[in-house]
Amino acid sequence: MPAWIFVFIKSAILLFVVVTAFAYAMLAERKIMGWMQLRPGPNRVGPWGLMQPAADAAKLILKEDLAPRTADPLLYRLAPFISLLTAFSVYAVIPFGASPAGIWSIGNVNAGVLFLLAIMSLGVYGISLGGWASGSKYPLLGSVRSTAQMISYELSMGLSFAGVLLVAGTTSLDGIVHAQVGLWFFIPELVAFVIYVITAVAETNRAPFDLVEAETELVAGFHTEYSGLRFGLFFIAEYVNMLTISCIATLLFLGGWDAPFGWTALPGVAWFVVKVAAFMFFYMWLRATLPRIRYDRLMAFGWKVLLPVATLNVIVTAVVIAVRG
Amino acid sequence: MAEGKQLYNVGAILRGLSITFGFMFKKKPTIQYPSVRKQHAPRFHGLHELRRYEDGKERCIGCELCSSACPANAITVIGAENAPADRRSPGERYAARYEIDELRCIFCGMCEEACPTDAIVLTPRFEMSDFRRGSFVYAKDRLLVPPQGGTGAPPDERPGGIPADLGSVAEMKSTTDPATGYDATYYGAALKTERKGLTG
Ligand code: SF4
Ligand code: SF4
Repeated sequence: MPAWIFVFIKSAILLFVVVTAFAYAMLAERKIMGWMQLRPGPNRVGPWGLMQPAADAAKLILKEDLAPRTADPLLYRLAPFISLLTAFSVYAVIPFGASPAGIWSIGNVNAGVLFLLAIMSLGVYGISLGGWASGSKYPLLGSVRSTAQMISYELSMGLSFAGVLLVAGTTSLDGIVHAQVGLWFFIPELVAFVIYVITAVAETNRAPFDLVEAETELVAGFHTEYSGLRFGLFFIAEYVNMLTISCIATLLFLGGWDAPFGWTALPGVAWFVVKVAAFMFFYMWLRATLPRIRYDRLMAFGWKVLLPVATLNVIVTAVVIAVRG
Repeated sequence: MAEGKQLYNVGAILRGLSITFGFMFKKKPTIQYPSVRKQHAPRFHGLHELRRYEDGKERCIGCELCSSACPANAITVIGAENAPADRRSPGERYAARYEIDELRCIFCGMCEEACPTDAIVLTPRFEMSDFRRGSFVYAKDRLLVPPQGGTGAPPDERPGGIPADLGSVAEMKSTTDPATGYDATYYGAALKTERKGLTG
């Protein structure tokens, strides 16, 4: 069997898994947010509300696809696909389990982390083009914010990766996970982990850093003018990005598929899923708890606190590693 | 650094997180409305009803007192003389037309207080949703207790709210039976079949 068929099959399965995970991540978020706000959350469609994602999908598909007269016809239609495509392409290099024969990842790139950073930075194009091409003012404000926010938080995020890369001594995601067996990197690289968690929330434009779609100020930010399936694509992209960010946190800081305390009763992939789910829960928990912060404070925090601390962390890590030889 | 105080107050953030986490396991006060109904106050102000006497005559004498008492200008009454051959009410006059715009109504109950004959009362029925604004102007056909409905609910002896087993909104029920309670409208079922073209 030629290699490309194998890759094709794996991609198809992964696409299915990620989209299903998105659907139920969304349901879980609505449920968890509901509980935290003393509501039961969606519970009418199917037992325990489990068919809610299907109902939402049907609704979004049946909605009218509107475009403002002032919108740039091509870019306006293209932007959601850019968002979605970049969100999905990241999964090309993410390994989900120990894979001697490459079963648990589509491609095992030896510069996996760099690929991740590169693709994730492209995600901002979907949002900023979508906002700009809408030809109306609130989406434009939203996309300007998103560009500024993503650029400033990406720096700190990249630097938090650098600490991990120094300790692991490799840029391959496989290698990083292997380097963590015994001691997960969130312990030696605690500062980097905290910075990663904060920047990750900002990167995916989630509360309390969801300035990009701040509904109290910007209606719905960059996707104000979008409706129907195109809005749905942005929505999928947001949740897939959340999943990506959780996968990266798991790979770089939480030991990937490595079982904690040697509990190997569960297979590695199951541990991976458990860790990603825990990180996703943390995301939703944050959203239910914290109010949105003000835009100037967001910028000040990114440049005056996160960036210096992240830089310092890289320097200290480098020095410690150099001294220990 | 008063500027960014909240951002760096990690203690407050952690406390907030612990509060929301605790809330996740609390009992939810939600009432699963269409399947579970709350017992509301005994004198709940809902949809109006025009009552009858035991002999089937209408209580309303078309005096328009309710209409002038109404703070929302929701009531239109056009009175007419009773024809000797076909007396609608025991008095001289009766309401030839009686309309309440339930979208204007604020359910204050002033009409009920103003009425000299206890003709107009507010029942605890509240499920009036409909598809067109025009459907919220309730005329005599929907306000007046139908002949088989008895006299209607006396203002002071209404049952204590809606019992839990109210059943389907569109079912026709007697209003005076406290065991079965009130339904949304008498004509709900009739209207439903009519809209769906299921007449007969
Ligand atoms: S309840 Fe109040 S507002 Fe409604 S019709 Fe009677 S008097 Fe008017
Ligand atoms: S309902 Fe009462 S107040 Fe209103 S017109 Fe009839 S008798 Fe008069």
